[in-house]
Amino acid sequence: MTTVVTDNCRGCRFTDCVSVCPVEAFHMDDEMLYINPDVCIDCSACVPECPVEAIYEEDDLPDGQEHWVDINEERSQETPNITETLEPLEGAEERREALGL
Amino acid sequence: MSKLGSADNRLKVAIVGAGPSGFYAADALINSELKVEVNLLEKLCAPYGLVRTGVAPDHPLIKKSIEKFALMAEPEEFNYFGNVSVGEDITIDDLKETHHAVIVTMGAETDRKLGIPGEDLKGSHTATEFVAWYNGHPEYREREFDLSHETAVIIGQGNVAADVARILSKTVDELKFTDISQHALDVLETSKVKNIYIVGRRGPAQGAMTSKELKEFGELWDCDTFVDPEEVILNKASEDELADRNGRAKRKIYELFCDYAQPKKPHKARQFPWTKPYVKPRQCHIQFLRSPVELKGNKKLEKVIFEKNALSGDPFKQSARGTGELEELDAGLLFRSIGYRGVPLDGVPFHDAWGVIPNEKGRVTKDDVVVPQLYTAGWIKRGPSGIIGTNKACANETIAELMQDIEKLDNKKEKLGNKKIHEILDAKKVRYINFIEWEVIDKHEVENGKPKGKPREKFTYTDEMLGLLT
Repeated sequence: MTTVVTDNCRGCRFTDCVSVCPVEAFHMDDEMLYINPDVCIDCSACVPECPVEAIYEEDDLPDGQEHWVDINEERSQETPNITETLEPLEGAEERREALGL
Repeated sequence: MSKLGSADNRLKVAIVGAGPSGFYAADALINSELKVEVNLLEKLCAPYGLVRTGVAPDHPLIKKSIEKFALMAEPEEFNYFGNVSVGEDITIDDLKETHHAVIVTMGAETDRKLGIPGEDLKGSHTATEFVAWYNGHPEYREREFDLSHETAVIIGQGNVAADVARILSKTVDELKFTDISQHALDVLETSKVKNIYIVGRRGPAQGAMTSKELKEFGELWDCDTFVDPEEVILNKASEDELADRNGRAKRKIYELFCDYAQPKKPHKARQFPWTKPYVKPRQCHIQFLRSPVELKGNKKLEKVIFEKNALSGDPFKQSARGTGELEELDAGLLFRSIGYRGVPLDGVPFHDAWGVIPNEKGRVTKDDVVVPQLYTAGWIKRGPSGIIGTNKACANETIAELMQDIEKLDNKKEKLGNKKIHEILDAKKVRYINFIEWEVIDKHEVENGKPKGKPREKFTYTDEMLGLLT
């Protein structure tokens, strides 16, 4: 099992999750974050940190979101590691509002 | 003196306690822009705090975080002093004298008490004692737990309570390939415990353990988990709590409790006759809205008296109040796991009611005034909440504050740092160990685990560890 970042991160990229990851498992592109399943230790510390509820334990993924498991696995191999919290993307707060969170 | 934090005047920081927070604080200092010297002192030989002696042996993936901590110990700025008891072998004043700053990261070492009659009867323990014992903590090696009674009770429903219940529920076969200590496995092998009650004072909407821990109760080989269907019926305020937009985690937990309240499907037979369903010999009962009011027994625990509670108040502010209705449960073993608190350290302010070091974002305070030089991080700073990674953000906050204080730190004379620590400990004939020596011990543990198929067999006596070293 692993923990995955899903669609809500896209366009927000709050990165609060990164500050509590004990194993530096997060990767990032211009839009969102991904978790490297080979590094993640499944502690779930990041799950409650996300202001837009984008992070799920694999078992708890809502229906229709299962494809994010593969996307996280693939994209985390292709993108740089992120180990420190960054400023959210521009428009992140608006997107959060739009998501009703 | 040249600028503090420059190559010829390093910022020297002592850190007390080599758990996650201690390592995260050390790492943040070493990765800062300043030149530093970090001296991490630990009362045990072994580093890693609760990752080694708290995290359950059947959660091996979580323990992989240790690999990251070991990397943090590599830089030359990092010095490890294991088997050093701050307060006895060396004082906080010694550390303040020889360092620019001291960070206390000693965790929350003790359990809160129930404060009820009979609490000290034989058979009534703290959950942390049991956890430290099965995890091979040298200070708990000689504890004895009598598993000869069929019923055990755990008071509290947090993750530690879940760990204790799970270890009691599992078969030796489920545990023997973990790093659980052999002495514990030997005792668990003789366990007669088959009814395990996990009792909380509040309701299923206020569950304190994570859904991941709770889910494991549905995956035990020889134990079924039960919740009384009557007890998952919610009052209006609890329904509102779960409906809250931030209620995702609590909703998940509640759903799991509801699953355990469903009638059980028969298990597949495990032997001939293949038509006869297998009945798991052990049962976990998760119970809500009860507080123990008395432990009874002749010299040893025989009976737990509970008072039933009712919730009252607005959503998120509900409190559990006794209804006067009493209930008895025959039990021979009880673990309390209702919260943790730190223990005071000489020379460091302490907030007795909260069991933490009073602080503002990690700067230690006394009567709301900042105490120069002293900082804190981890559970002793914020109380026992969060998991390993939570301490990273916590320690980073403290180090950020320390960095802001850099101009204010005493820079009048040279601080001798680790040189002076060596001198003080040598004068007292303390056999402290450095990180290279720890790695020797670590390798032996891993080797000793191999013939048994375990990731390691821990040494449980300090003398055994020191005996490996020349």
